[in-house]
Amino acid sequence: MTDLTHLTAAELAAAIAGGEASATEVAQAHLDRIANVDDRVHAFLQVDTEGALSAAKAVDAKRAAGEQLSPLAGVPLAMKDVVVTKGLPTTAGSKILEDWVPPYDATISRRIKDAGIVMLGKTNMDEFAMGSSTENSAFGPTHNPWDLARVPGGSSGGSSAAVSAFQAPLGIGTDTGGSIRQPAAVTGIVGHKPTYGGVSRYGLIAFSSSLDQAGPFGRTVLDAALLHEVIAGHDECDSTSIAAPVPPVVAAAREGARADLSGTRVAVVRELGGEGYQPGVLAAFEAAVETLRGLGATIVEVSCPNFQYALPAYYLIAPSECSSNLARFDGVRYGLRVGDDGVHSLEDVMSLTREAGFGPEVKRRIMIGTYALSSGYYEAYYGQAQKVRTLISRDFAAAFEQADVLVSPSSPFVAFGIGERVDDPMAMYINDLCTLPASLSGTPAISVPCGLSEGLPVGLQIMAPALADDRCYRVGAAVESVTERLVPPQGVLA
Amino acid sequence: MRRLVDCPIVPDESSKNISRADVAHLARLARLAVTEQELDVFAGQLDVILGAVARVGEVAAADIPPTSHAVPMTNVLRPDELRPCLPRDAVLAAAPDVEDNKFRVPRILSEEA
Repeated sequence: MTDLTHLTAAELAAAIAGGEASATEVAQAHLDRIANVDDRVHAFLQVDTEGALSAAKAVDAKRAAGEQLSPLAGVPLAMKDVVVTKGLPTTAGSKILEDWVPPYDATISRRIKDAGIVMLGKTNMDEFAMGSSTENSAFGPTHNPWDLARVPGGSSGGSSAAVSAFQAPLGIGTDTGGSIRQPAAVTGIVGHKPTYGGVSRYGLIAFSSSLDQAGPFGRTVLDAALLHEVIAGHDECDSTSIAAPVPPVVAAAREGARADLSGTRVAVVRELGGEGYQPGVLAAFEAAVETLRGLGATIVEVSCPNFQYALPAYYLIAPSECSSNLARFDGVRYGLRVGDDGVHSLEDVMSLTREAGFGPEVKRRIMIGTYALSSGYYEAYYGQAQKVRTLISRDFAAAFEQADVLVSPSSPFVAFGIGERVDDPMAMYINDLCTLPASLSGTPAISVPCGLSEGLPVGLQIMAPALADDRCYRVGAAVESVTERLVPPQGVLA
Repeated sequence: MRRLVDCPIVPDESSKNISRADVAHLARLARLAVTEQELDVFAGQLDVILGAVARVGEVAAADIPPTSHAVPMTNVLRPDELRPCLPRDAVLAAAPDVEDNKFRVPRILSEEA
């Protein structure tokens, strides 16, 4: 019998709609897989067995009643624990929210449930999505299914590991500076950061509001596209949500699978490569560029001189916004409260609560942001970073006059060892080198697997102009159609 | 590119800008009750990080308008109409302490005040 956990989301949906497998069987197969391997992967902070089986039963009942099923009905999903889920604990990987049970659903949670997608549970992450390795979780690290001694990337490392380890065919991540694309790259799966404003942020616990964006993970480009269409689209609960039609990403993924890119102009970004990148990553990237050429694409090179300032600009803007957003964790209305003994003042209780509830990276970023927003420093740091942000967007605009999409490696490195970088913040930050420009410009970008280096996955990043997400999927699917599918070595989770 | 990677890893020892006292001040502003040991660790780390991000100052951008949001939008409004909100009990259920259907917090004024 076919192992249901090894089917794609599209195949599972077809099997369920066609009656070859029930949604309940599919959910149970994935719950069994989680039970068998998650003691070693630790992708999940919480598995919602009861909720998953009940959602699956509802899909089976709908089908039995002859009702029309939505395209992903009955397909299981791993949800990053930064997205609030009504009645299901949501921690954002932080002790400060350890026992918090949200009283409402995020817009994307509701859309996922309404689509009949079966949420298996909540996945591990760097605390408040701050990190590139998932080691900043207050609840312990997640292990890469390719090599359990290595990180699965971050901050959405729980979801990327779950999808890579066949614990779920689909996952939700969030990407502020690369937190979908980099984990997708280092676990050998597909991850897309939509155009900023393309997916509602309502119910997404805020880290950096001008950058945060939720998006899909899948093992295939088509699966990611199918999930993208479920979660995307205007939402009046998010004032930054774009009131425009969702780009036709599913059609684009199917079109790309025909493996013809003639007429498509692809630009290699000169500044995203070279010194500081691992040779094996560059070799896999260069092979991917040759693959694109072989598919008929025209390859050009562009220069985006301000991209070199994306990292410093990002590590001012994101911490500044986080220092403001995380002020809400004050021990008053929800979450942890420490030191309320009748002696300590309210201010002391707030400080003790935040000291006990936040981990070191969150504290660092709050203090960096507090510094950058202080009077006397504001113009030189935050103000200047916002101007650099404008210049980065102008670099993109100029590059998109010469090309339909831009490409680069998704990360300078393959998955690194757990514990290797955790005490050196800058060594961690440079994991985001390739992904930060598209974050700052709000433009869409996808990571698709493009080969191995030292036996570990390498991702190809494909960037497109705002609201042209479909180009990412089309080019990504074309590359996928002629690239060997990456599957973690069987022995790792035997 | 090169400097971006190398500069933070080889910090210039002469450029120490963040002291323990600075960290204590920032922590106080951010309502973080940091420990003595954290003051030392954070002073070193924040100095390196702030030294690296200060590179934005190299860009000539005096005439460049700032971007606060990648997708410019202004005055996004929705109709001013009543709609259901969360039930009070559901909201208070998540609170650390509740009294008389309100969030209870430590005293903020002295008895005399």
